Amino acid sequence: MTAMLEVKDLSVAYGKITAVKGINFTVEEGQVVTLIGTNGAGKTTTLRTISGLLRPSAGEISFLGKRIDKVQAHSIVTMGLAHSPEGRRIFPRQSVEENLMLGAFARRDRTDIQADLKEAYDLFPILAERRKQPAGTFSGGEQQMLAMGRAMMSRPKLLMLDEPSMGLSPIMMKKIMTTVRTLQKRGTTILLVEQNARAALKLATHGYVLEVGKIVLDGPGPELLVSDEVKKAYLGED
Amino acid sequence: MTQFIQQLLNGLTVGSLYALIAVGYTVVYGIVQLINFAHGEVFMIGAFGSLATWQVVCQKSTGLWVLPIMIVGGALCSVAIALVMERFAYRPLRNAPRLAPLITAIGISIALQRAIQLWYPGATSNVPYPSIDGVTGGSLTVGSVVIQRTTLFTLGVLVVSAAALYIFISRTRTGKAMVAVSQDPDTARLMGINVDRIIAAAFAMGAILAALAGVAQGLRDSNVSSTMGFLAGLKAFTAAVLGGIGNIQGAVAGGLVLGLIEAMATQYIPGQFGGNAWSDVYAFIVLILVLVFRPQGLFGARVVDRA
Ligand SMILES: Nc1ncnc2c1ncn2[C@@H]1O[C@H](COP(=O)(O)OP(=O)(O)OP(=O)(O)O)[C@@H](O)[C@H]1O
Ligand SMILES: [Mg+2]
Repeated sequence: MTAMLEVKDLSVAYGKITAVKGINFTVEEGQVVTLIGTNGAGKTTTLRTISGLLRPSAGEISFLGKRIDKVQAHSIVTMGLAHSPEGRRIFPRQSVEENLMLGAFARRDRTDIQADLKEAYDLFPILAERRKQPAGTFSGGEQQMLAMGRAMMSRPKLLMLDEPSMGLSPIMMKKIMTTVRTLQKRGTTILLVEQNARAALKLATHGYVLEVGKIVLDGPGPELLVSDEVKKAYLGED
Repeated sequence: MTQFIQQLLNGLTVGSLYALIAVGYTVVYGIVQLINFAHGEVFMIGAFGSLATWQVVCQKSTGLWVLPIMIVGGALCSVAIALVMERFAYRPLRNAPRLAPLITAIGISIALQRAIQLWYPGATSNVPYPSIDGVTGGSLTVGSVVIQRTTLFTLGVLVVSAAALYIFISRTRTGKAMVAVSQDPDTARLMGINVDRIIAAAFAMGAILAALAGVAQGLRDSNVSSTMGFLAGLKAFTAAVLGGIGNIQGAVAGGLVLGLIEAMATQYIPGQFGGNAWSDVYAFIVLILVLVFRPQGLFGARVVDRA
């Protein structure tokens, strides 16, 4: 049985600067896997390469047993891999509902799309209340919910979230993390990138610690949470 | 008063032509931040394409039934040219410095003008454009105002095109994808939108409107020429800037406003700076004034508010 997502010896460069230097990791079906690391570690670069926005300079990426490192970004989504990007990146001029429907752009099954729209509204009732409002007028937390809902509209098998808790209040962050757990229970596999190591590791089946483009540590989430290295570097404890 | 209404009609007619062409500049700019300075030639090719269709397919009939066929023929030629230039000239330059596509556009313009002069029979000078029953000839008079049939046709084309454009952008899958790509191309790709295809669609859409303008201008002037795209292209570009580059409604409004400014200035500016000899100069004075004092255009550019 191969893993759902398999990243092998992956390197990614911006011109002469290599941001990701030969990393290996896997995500198994049903897991929440987290990638943690400080600013500039290469987390966003890794996710953008998996979703096809960037091309690797070396290495392989396989999703559901198929190589995807040469597949176009818009085709990768249709294979069942969604990416909620760093900074939310909602479409500000479009309404909430239009944003959600863009998430389902690659799908043709109209009735199921309506059902998923309803599901997104059930998950985040505030989106339903403001479905006609331009998304650009939303607060950061509301935009994050919209971004997650939008990514779910493609009915992904694997959902990648890039720093969903960025800039959120503790309450809002809790809400987002609970949602991650809910999505996992409903059968979505999740690859979570976070600065907030504590919250991410609590949820994670498995965690990887990234430092300047290399994976320096990995293990089950709860184990990493109590390991000395992680405590020192990411949780601010001695 | 009669004179004023007459100039109003003139201005709106010329303005409609600018508006139709201006949409092509603004849509492409909104999506790829590229000013396609060869768009004037897409308009010219549309005019010649419709003429060739009339000569070959329609057997030079003047019945109204040939008009839709001419329009389709012209639009097919414009779209083909626009898609070829997008695919083979602009796409390879998408990440190049901005000067590269600009110079390429100038090269394409000259090449297309020369190609028509060389290969289209009689195109070394003006080529006569047919009169079509119903849309040319015998003008109507309302009170003391004379309304040309071509005026009604041109205004009609603009109204129908603007409505179709609005429906296309706000209702269709491709239209919605275009709006998404113009706001954030990378995120649009994450939604499963094929950005290359949307860019091609934007070029094609601009080309169809340019071809319509080409037919309208041919009918109005009774002739077409290989160089007709140059001035029309520059004025339409001015209209797009006036309306706020990237803003579709702005381009339509900008075209109409520019047409009106030209008509009124030609009529009412007295002395040595007035009259027909100056009519082309006003557009460029407007362009300079807008670029200096209000570069975002009258109605606001639609590219600065990216997420
Ligand atoms: N477009 C780019 N051009 C050049 N270098 C880049 C580019 N994007 C990222 N980098 C560099 O690549 C490295 C990794 O960046 P990346 O955005 O992947 O980090 P990150 O782990 O997501 O950080 P953060 O937690 O701050 O979001 C950084 O050194 C960054 O400066
Ligand atoms: Mg990042």
